[in-house]
Amino acid sequence: MKTKTLVKLATQSIQKNKMRAALTMLGIIIGVAAVLVMVGVGYGARSRIRQQINSLGTNMIVITPGATQQGGVSQGAQAFPNLSLADVEKIRGESQLVTAISPVIVSRTVVIGGSGNWRTQINGVDVDYQTIRDWPTSSGDFFSEDDVRANRRVAVLGNTVAQNLFPGEDPVGAEIQIRSAIFSVVGVLAPKGQTASGSDSDDVVLMPHTTASQTLSGRSFLPQILASTANENDIPAAQEEIATLLREAHGADDFTVRNQSDLASAAESSTRVMTLLLAAIASISLLVGGIGIMNIMLVSVTERTREIGIRMAIGARGSDVLTQFLVESVVMGVLGGLIGLAVGFTGAKILGHFTGWETVISPLMMLVAVGFSGAVGVFFGYYPARKAAALNPIQALRYE
Amino acid sequence: MSVIRTEKLVKTYVTGTTEVHALRGVDLNVEPGEFVAIMGTSGSGKSTLMNLLGCLDTATSGSYEIDGVSVEGLDRNQLADLRNQKIGFVFQGFNLLPRTSALENVELPMLYDRRGRKRDTRALAAAALERVGLGDRLEHQPSELSGGQQQRVAIARALVTEPALILADEPTGNLDTHTSIEVMALFQELNEQGITVILVTHEPDIAAYAKRIVEVRDGRIRRDGPVRNRRAASADLLVAEEEVA
Repeated sequence: MKTKTLVKLATQSIQKNKMRAALTMLGIIIGVAAVLVMVGVGYGARSRIRQQINSLGTNMIVITPGATQQGGVSQGAQAFPNLSLADVEKIRGESQLVTAISPVIVSRTVVIGGSGNWRTQINGVDVDYQTIRDWPTSSGDFFSEDDVRANRRVAVLGNTVAQNLFPGEDPVGAEIQIRSAIFSVVGVLAPKGQTASGSDSDDVVLMPHTTASQTLSGRSFLPQILASTANENDIPAAQEEIATLLREAHGADDFTVRNQSDLASAAESSTRVMTLLLAAIASISLLVGGIGIMNIMLVSVTERTREIGIRMAIGARGSDVLTQFLVESVVMGVLGGLIGLAVGFTGAKILGHFTGWETVISPLMMLVAVGFSGAVGVFFGYYPARKAAALNPIQALRYE
Repeated sequence: MSVIRTEKLVKTYVTGTTEVHALRGVDLNVEPGEFVAIMGTSGSGKSTLMNLLGCLDTATSGSYEIDGVSVEGLDRNQLADLRNQKIGFVFQGFNLLPRTSALENVELPMLYDRRGRKRDTRALAAAALERVGLGDRLEHQPSELSGGQQQRVAIARALVTEPALILADEPTGNLDTHTSIEVMALFQELNEQGITVILVTHEPDIAAYAKRIVEVRDGRIRRDGPVRNRRAASADLLVAEEEVA
């Protein structure tokens, strides 16, 4: 029989039992919709994480102390105070690829400003920090090299800090107090949003690292050095170069050099696992839906035994009967898949709307979802269809 | 060439340890244009014979040729193709597909034809229905037709493939006397046009419309001969109408 005729036959037979077909398809609909929503949310989370990591800065290399293998034992990061300003100067002076480098001295303390106080993170950095993080100011300017050299007490406020200490006004030119020292605000950074770990990257005050080590930490080692290259492709080579220089200076591998994509892939792989897990749970409902199809097809074969007998008597081969029932279950599967696609798409959009996550459902995923539900139809329709095809025409004709 | 030629046809059913000898050696020859009634009581083996002649089942031993094709050793698919091309079935219970129009029911056997001929199956189905006098009932579903009309649709379905023979199994069993005669009139008319008809029945009245009677008893042919007082269904219909009037 022609494919067109077969599909027509299948749709006719589904139409003759609308309610039953609808309930059977419901299993597939729920399964496909659940898988789509889960995967959509998972993809959304991944793309969000990627965005956030990219927002940290382009072409960024992060150098931290420690975290080396020593005699097979991995030492925790920052276990050793072994990064110093001398390292920064060495890289700045000798590296061919690194175009910007900045130490980062971190401390948390209370900042007192125009309308109260605010506990925040203070980062002592170099001028290059702005280039590395790709972070423009929304008002005023970043501090200058001169400020760094002269240990000036100047500060650049993150957007959150500025809004909390100086609500509704421009803090540039105003004074803030950190510990016992007075700083003048020279600039406000443009908002950057959340970091990958969910904290607020705008909740920060930047100041020259020279000033920071003098007034805040008093320590000479650096918890972190950031660097960047002119071109993203130079990053692996630059990492290698930095590692060589530091090894030369320290005589040991007592540091870690990572880049943004390392971070990104680590975060992404964890969300990928999560997405897979969610999809796996959701696909169980697809499986249940498939069993529903099998159940109904078995009932249908029994009910239509006489019809099968008639068809065989007038010349239908077993394969004709098999194809007829198989097409019927595939049509149900694909139809359920299409409806499930619509439901899942809408569901993901609604979920995305309420959570603020960008849910992503790619055309490929749609194709896979519908294709998979068709495959479920084939898989679970095969047994009943084979049963129908194996009927003896004489007995099938006599069946009441 | 005979339409049907069987030699020592034997069918034995084995259930567990008991053997049932349904056919014990049947020799039957049917030439083109014949109208044969196969008669017998239940248990005589006539149903088994009809299943074998209809290629619905295969014999335990013996040979069977239909329209020059030997059925021996054919598999399920080849038997299905033979049924499709050589035989038109008419059943007691009509056996039409429910919720399917008369036209689509008649079209059905052509859809299973694997010879890949390009034909207008719709038009052929309509013509077959026209031939049995149902040209105005093409889109009716079986439930909207009377028993006689349903049997006509079934006859149209049997005719449409231009088979070597029409095999009718108790075609009047579910019909009242008058409708039965109408259906037999149709069979006689088709036979006049050269179509070979084999009729399986247990009613002597119905068998009297055939040209030849084959009586089966205990799995053997007991009697085989021409119908002595052959009846013309169209004449009987006229008589019946006069009686009503």
